[in-house]
Amino acid sequence: MTDATASGPVRVGERSLLGKLEGSVSWILLGLVGLLLPLLDDSYIGVIAQRAYIYWILSAGLNLVVGYAGQIAIGWVSMLTLGAYTTAALTAGTATDPWHPYLALIAGGVIGAAAGVIVGLPALRLRTFYFAMTTLGFATIVTQVALAWKSVTGGGVGTPGPVFPWPFDPGWGFYYFCFILAALATWMTANIASSRFGRALVAIRDAEVAAEASGIAKPRLLIAVFLFAGALGGVAGGLFASLQSYITPDAFTFEISVLFFIAILIGGRGSILGPALGTIILTALPEFAAPLVQWSTFLYAALLLVIVLVIPGGIADLLDYKNRRPLEQHREIVPRPDLLGRVLGGDGRSRGKSTIALRDIELHFGGVRAIDGLDLEVRSGEVHGLIGPNGSGKTTTLNVISGYYRPNAGQMTLDGAELPFALPHARAGYRISRTFQTPRLVGAASVLENVMIGGTVHGHGTFTESILALPRHRRDERHLKAAALQALATVGLESLAQVRADRLQHSELRFIEIARALMLKPAFLLLDEPAAGLSAEEIRRLGNLIKASSREGVGVLLVEHHADLIFDICDRVTVLNLGKTLAAGTPNEIRSHREVVSAYLGA
Amino acid sequence: MFASIVSYGLAVGAVYALIGITYNVMFSASRVFSFTAGMLGMLGGVLGALFITEWGLPTIVGLVLVLACGAVLGIVTEIVTVRPVLKSIDQHLYVLSTLAFALMIQQLTAIWWGTDARPFPRLIPIGPGWLDQQFWLPMLACAVTIVGLELLYRKTLIGRAFLAIAEDAYAARALGLPETGLRMASYALAGMIGALAGFSGAEILLAFFGNQAILNFYGFVPVALGGMGSNRGAVIGGLALGVFQQAANFLVGGIFAAVAVFAVFIVVLLLRPEGLAGAATARRV
Repeated sequence: MTDATASGPVRVGERSLLGKLEGSVSWILLGLVGLLLPLLDDSYIGVIAQRAYIYWILSAGLNLVVGYAGQIAIGWVSMLTLGAYTTAALTAGTATDPWHPYLALIAGGVIGAAAGVIVGLPALRLRTFYFAMTTLGFATIVTQVALAWKSVTGGGVGTPGPVFPWPFDPGWGFYYFCFILAALATWMTANIASSRFGRALVAIRDAEVAAEASGIAKPRLLIAVFLFAGALGGVAGGLFASLQSYITPDAFTFEISVLFFIAILIGGRGSILGPALGTIILTALPEFAAPLVQWSTFLYAALLLVIVLVIPGGIADLLDYKNRRPLEQHREIVPRPDLLGRVLGGDGRSRGKSTIALRDIELHFGGVRAIDGLDLEVRSGEVHGLIGPNGSGKTTTLNVISGYYRPNAGQMTLDGAELPFALPHARAGYRISRTFQTPRLVGAASVLENVMIGGTVHGHGTFTESILALPRHRRDERHLKAAALQALATVGLESLAQVRADRLQHSELRFIEIARALMLKPAFLLLDEPAAGLSAEEIRRLGNLIKASSREGVGVLLVEHHADLIFDICDRVTVLNLGKTLAAGTPNEIRSHREVVSAYLGA
Repeated sequence: MFASIVSYGLAVGAVYALIGITYNVMFSASRVFSFTAGMLGMLGGVLGALFITEWGLPTIVGLVLVLACGAVLGIVTEIVTVRPVLKSIDQHLYVLSTLAFALMIQQLTAIWWGTDARPFPRLIPIGPGWLDQQFWLPMLACAVTIVGLELLYRKTLIGRAFLAIAEDAYAARALGLPETGLRMASYALAGMIGALAGFSGAEILLAFFGNQAILNFYGFVPVALGGMGSNRGAVIGGLALGVFQQAANFLVGGIFAAVAVFAVFIVVLLLRPEGLAGAATARRV
């Protein structure tokens, strides 16, 4: 019962070995090697290096799609093909008047971006196999078109690649061109990865439902990422065409796609250095194993199978020493409700009163009436308890309010104005936040990052600003981080800020979810069985925290089975049975309500 | 020309339909889409040419051997690439494991068989014209498969067990059905159907390692459009796709045909993700 945990062995600001490496040293070393490589004056090594840079320009963007957003884009080689043919055909003037090579390269990027979005469209609604198949089908079709459209692409015979004029003319000039663009691609993807957009991508990957509740609009975000990754792929293609000096459809084998994919998987999801090293190694390896050239695709495929079956987390997971170190055994969660005012912003009493009202809500699942004509009001500054036996419609009601279910009938209003049904990602805009019955967190991200996801909608910078790390992006990051640490301190978990979320125990996950929900500065907080699995002492502290947030003006809807907690902290209680209100009133009225006692509470 | 578009289109479409059924049989047993469907189709042609042309085996022996190879590959697929990742199916690692396995087999084929398309033997010397085996053999294979599957599912105990697993694997296990064994059997069955698809269509498609990617995609399109798990959808979609492709090839050219198929695929997936005939799935909160 002491505060020993707060000063426990896990220090804030601690970084993993890989984190430190990724931070600077490795990149500086890689950069120096790249810069000084021309001193060797070995054009063979130069060509290999250029190919590695070009592949990396594509993989860097693909890494956001695959490693961060978790979309299995196996046919991304099609972007390389499109970019290469666009640049080559425009420069050669087979379709239009000849373009300047640099302009043609930009055009390649634009076409790649457009194709990235088209291929990505199915991913906005469906995941995984459909998207994998779309990218694969697109790769097949692009090759077929390249073969068939002889007047522009030269068909099977091929077409010459562009030659870039001074300053990036063939030889070391072109080498530095590839090098600079690869460095740029690295910098830009690293910026995105460490921005609220990068965290949102990971949230979509591992905790999609929670991402929606935090106001992350998956389609918009994914379109931005597909645009960016497609553009990088197109630019890589233009450079590739120049490096090859002559391109045929055969040059764009599926093998290259597999190479990109393995590089990212080996490197580890959610890392940038890992995939970069993977790309370099996989590009260089076949050059030093000439007898194996025939077998290279087979070996790549075998490698892919082994990685998936043996180390699905990639090498980054194997090297993640930070998360091997044991955490302290007997940790205690000591929330500090006094900090709530700061987290929620401003003085609680100054915030306006507002009310969510449900009228005659009905929701049917097939023949089952999960909610059958429910009236409910949640007012700011009050804790409203929702209790009832299993299957009485408590969580379903919460899901209706937070937009996951569309009721069949009834009205839902916020301060008299209609609160639209469905649209879960729009709830954050109304400052309605929630937690989940089973905590939905990104296991692979740190606790701090998980909490920062809750504040995604408070960022002001655009995706483009984040790519370029412009001031608004940096300000967003500073504010989000400060707010997240504040929220973590409020729930009493700031000492675990840098720990991977999947290493924590169940009760801690519940409090992290609350911290994430607080990041929204919510007017309404919907809690779905927050006390489940907590110890008696933890439940008491949770109760204090909830009570304190309602004193700060937050309207709380609390779905719970712990009757003691409900009667301790609720201002009003609604009892559901079979989707209908069995009773509603103050805790005292409910406690003595005959039907409630006999049906639910027991004598 | 109309006749040749239709006969050729239906023949290719029947191959697509069979590959679609291959996807379905594997999906029903495990909720896994496997990239090995196209691989099986590719191998059906290559192995058929190997056994019958190269080794000079009688046609019927060659066919039985091809089906046996398909069944074995199906079982290997289940053991190596599906079973290990079923525990965490929501991570969809099967996409990568089955793709990797299919690529390995494809590359072995490329190395040992060669990367050139080779002819497939004429098995039954009637024709030319509509009676040519290359047109009716795939359709016959498709019809036999559908009738066979119907009989299996409706009339036999093991077929009903397949259906039970497909409907609710959890409940089926609770009833004491050997889920693992049934899954392996389904994959063996899918292996045979996929190999039969390639075997029957090989005179048109040739014995060519590159058929894998094409069959993977064009065999999946009918499944995506018809709704996953629906064999009727796969057959109707497959035949329609085949005829449409041939018509577009003849009338407007190959570029348009390829782009049009892809465009339709994307648009349908966007408007009706569950397929034209499929049912929507429930939410996940």
